[in-house]
Amino acid sequence: MGGKAAGLAQMTAEGLPVAPGFAVTAAAYRAYLEADGLKEFTRRVLDGLGSGRDQAAFDDAAHRISQRFADVPIPAEVADAVRGAYTKLCTETGVENIAVAVRSSATAEDSVGASFAGEFETWVDIVGADEVLKYVHECYVSVFAGRVLSYLSEKDIDPHAIEMAVVIQKTVRARAAGVMFTLSPTSGDRSKIVLEASWGLGLSVVGGEVTPDRFVVDKVGLGIADRSLGNKIIEYRSGDAPVDVPAERRNILCLQDDEVVALATLGKKLERIHQAPQDIEFAVDEELPEGSNVILLQCRPETVWSNADRKPAFDAAAGMMSWITGSISGTATPPAHAHGASHQH
Amino acid sequence: MTETTPGSAARFPFFSESTSPAGGEGWESMYPYYLVPSEETTEHENAQFWFADTMHWSRGCHPFDSIGAEAVYLGVGTFSTRIFALPVSLGLDVRVVNGYVYISPLGVEDPARIRERVAIFQERAGYYYANWDELYGKWKTKMEGAIDSLRTIEFPRLTEYDPAEVVSEARGRSSAMAVIENYHRLIDEFFSIWQYHFEFLNLGYGGYITFFQFCKQAFPLISEQSISRMVAGVDVLAFRPDDELRKLAALSHELGLNSIITGDTGPDAILAALAESTNGRTWLAAFEEAQDPWFNYFAEYGFTHDQETWASDLSIPLQGISRYALKIANGEDISRPIERLREERDEIVDEYRALLTGDEARQFDELLGLARKVFPYIEEHNIYVEHWSHKVFWEKAWDLARFLVDAGFLDTAEDMFYLNRFELDTALFDVVDSWAIGVPARGKKRWQAEIARRRPIVAALQAASAPPAYGIPPQQVTDPFAVMNYGVTTERVQDWLGASDGATDKLNGIPGSLGIVEGTVRVLRSEKDLPLLQTGEILVAPITAPSWAAAFAVATGVITDIGGMMCHAAIVCREYGIPAVVGTGFATARLTTGQRVRIDGKAGTVVVLEPAPETVHATDTAAVVS
Repeated sequence: MGGKAAGLAQMTAEGLPVAPGFAVTAAAYRAYLEADGLKEFTRRVLDGLGSGRDQAAFDDAAHRISQRFADVPIPAEVADAVRGAYTKLCTETGVENIAVAVRSSATAEDSVGASFAGEFETWVDIVGADEVLKYVHECYVSVFAGRVLSYLSEKDIDPHAIEMAVVIQKTVRARAAGVMFTLSPTSGDRSKIVLEASWGLGLSVVGGEVTPDRFVVDKVGLGIADRSLGNKIIEYRSGDAPVDVPAERRNILCLQDDEVVALATLGKKLERIHQAPQDIEFAVDEELPEGSNVILLQCRPETVWSNADRKPAFDAAAGMMSWITGSISGTATPPAHAHGASHQH
Repeated sequence: MTETTPGSAARFPFFSESTSPAGGEGWESMYPYYLVPSEETTEHENAQFWFADTMHWSRGCHPFDSIGAEAVYLGVGTFSTRIFALPVSLGLDVRVVNGYVYISPLGVEDPARIRERVAIFQERAGYYYANWDELYGKWKTKMEGAIDSLRTIEFPRLTEYDPAEVVSEARGRSSAMAVIENYHRLIDEFFSIWQYHFEFLNLGYGGYITFFQFCKQAFPLISEQSISRMVAGVDVLAFRPDDELRKLAALSHELGLNSIITGDTGPDAILAALAESTNGRTWLAAFEEAQDPWFNYFAEYGFTHDQETWASDLSIPLQGISRYALKIANGEDISRPIERLREERDEIVDEYRALLTGDEARQFDELLGLARKVFPYIEEHNIYVEHWSHKVFWEKAWDLARFLVDAGFLDTAEDMFYLNRFELDTALFDVVDSWAIGVPARGKKRWQAEIARRRPIVAALQAASAPPAYGIPPQQVTDPFAVMNYGVTTERVQDWLGASDGATDKLNGIPGSLGIVEGTVRVLRSEKDLPLLQTGEILVAPITAPSWAAAFAVATGVITDIGGMMCHAAIVCREYGIPAVVGTGFATARLTTGQRVRIDGKAGTVVVLEPAPETVHATDTAAVVS
């Protein structure tokens, strides 16, 4: 299984909600390559390149391989399993002919850095099992795309070392989305979780195109300590272009209290798993039923406050009587961090 | 009310600029001279910032009742200034103005003197912190001794001839001497009790404040409620009176007595009806047993002679019991789940602790330990001092008043409280001396005329509200005790100053207990008006005390004039889960029964949603003085 699929699988295993879906394993990819002598064919074509390193040669090889691949369908048992999984996904989400994203997840990714991830493709809004299979097939073909071959050659990686798993996930229909910090990004207070969210996909929040709604949740007890209404004039219904938010939705909060609490609970859990404050992207999917509509998209360590040096409130060497003396004399309150930076998205 | 002259900062009126309410003129003559602003102390008074202590005296004081203002602030002063030597804060100076008590924090600014005081403070306070449990044990013994001593005080009635025992036991002095002697004991014991009160209080606050400041530094956005939840005792004495009511309600339910207990026939009829059945008598026995000491409980703090205790007005506890009984009948669980509260508290502590670094966690542990050690005193001392001691004190004061009525000196017992403690000493001597010599009391007419003059003055003072402050406001209120105990913060003082700027649709206070609620307000000046409070109303009061239990069971929110996050209203509202905004300065003056408001217990704000009904428009906006 690829890195992406493994990450998603881990989150799922931890009981964390990611967009519902399934993965086609790397073993399925290997089975495909074994079928009908494909592996021998690709090896012959690649060997035939010799030491040539020009893009035209790579593109030519890619063309030959893709033509050959086009003649070889995905093995029946893999195809059946994918059809079954797709049908099951439709049933489980209650969405007929569910639109999914087909995302490549290659095992070699992690060993050669994140930039490699971009070399493979993601297709969104794929509908129907046949279409899903078509793009799984596209994923396999994409391992031998011209630009990939040239990239692998530069890095001196044998394309046969790549193991291609494919992740099929429901396309997120974000009613609202945003970011969540498991500390206060403005004060560094670790006892708070702060969420910023707006209507539609998270692009408007991350891109700073709207003033998002802001929620502050007590990490301990999970009470909502503050809600402030933002100014949400545009939203991304899909990734391409923003549209105006209808007037009746502009001045209401885009997250319900129970969604905020559900998200904060997840934030707390992620922080515990990773043992450090986290910076999380999330969405609320409008197609999924309430209670299971909150979806985590991404999670990474918070860096600004987490790396800041924080001194204890009182000089440990001075002893408690000195702390008390300072406190009742009104002199013991040091300024909260002289650290004004807040994490910008 | 602000006096803004060009180029000078806004200030409150000086005492000399205050005016008496109509009919209240001449009030100055009723109190000891040092409690009243004077020409020779004007310079000092004008240089200070004075705020109204309506937490302890929510109404204009009867002359005798100003003894509390003396005892309390003598206690604070002695311990802060002379005994523990708090480094930067001395005591609180005190004045009575238009019958209301005003106090002024006094500070130390000279660095050399502060250093000297730090050394003394650390040694002396350190001794107390190090031996807290043992010394607190001694304190309880001292308090119980003082209360017992008060109980032995008697005022033997004057008879035609001294009792025969004076001769047969060869006492050699008249039993009437005990009247004067015991009057002095009554006063002295009261002052002692207030000394004991402050033996621990500021040290307790000191321990708590240090933990508080640690938490604020480690978690800049942490709420005051969260901090106190980590510290608060869950089964301390302070909850006992209310727990007794819950227990009695449960017993009533169990014995099938709810129809009697919840009737509104008045305490006498209810108790008589209960006496008629076996189950009723069983319940009455439990009721009797709870009364001493748990009903020795004032509806307020017990700082005035005219307040009822639960024991003296059984309708107060019966109302509470009745409300709990109805809840049980509705299937609600009214027990305080102490185990769960303790588990929750420990969980909260563990979670916050887990967010700290190793060094921080070590300080956290040490300071939490300290805060928890001192906190029971903060919660419990009220029961010993303001309730148990005061109850006996006022009982004895009333007995003395009846002595004066029996001696034919006063018409009614109530009259005595129109004399201050020194005048009363003089009058008592006159009564005993005149009796001994065998002449009619020489000052009877003189004092009765004076009381007749004072009666309308006190009534006029009590009908008016107190302006929240006088004098020059400080740039910053830094005294942590003023902030914590009275809710007087820099922002609050600025609110008071700005209160005449026409922004009458909003009041700011201290966030006492979380939650937002909208509702109709009921302004109650006194616990005597408690029966007026209707279910679902928002209670507006000068202060509240735990003995207003009946109110907390029906109110949907609470607003008070004075008090900080540790005042009773805040503590009890958090316990009950009712939103509360405390320390608003003048909610009782600015809000009118029937108005709709929204209170936000987190922001500490009260917003008026609908103006006051015209018919009962408040005329007592005494906050505006000049």
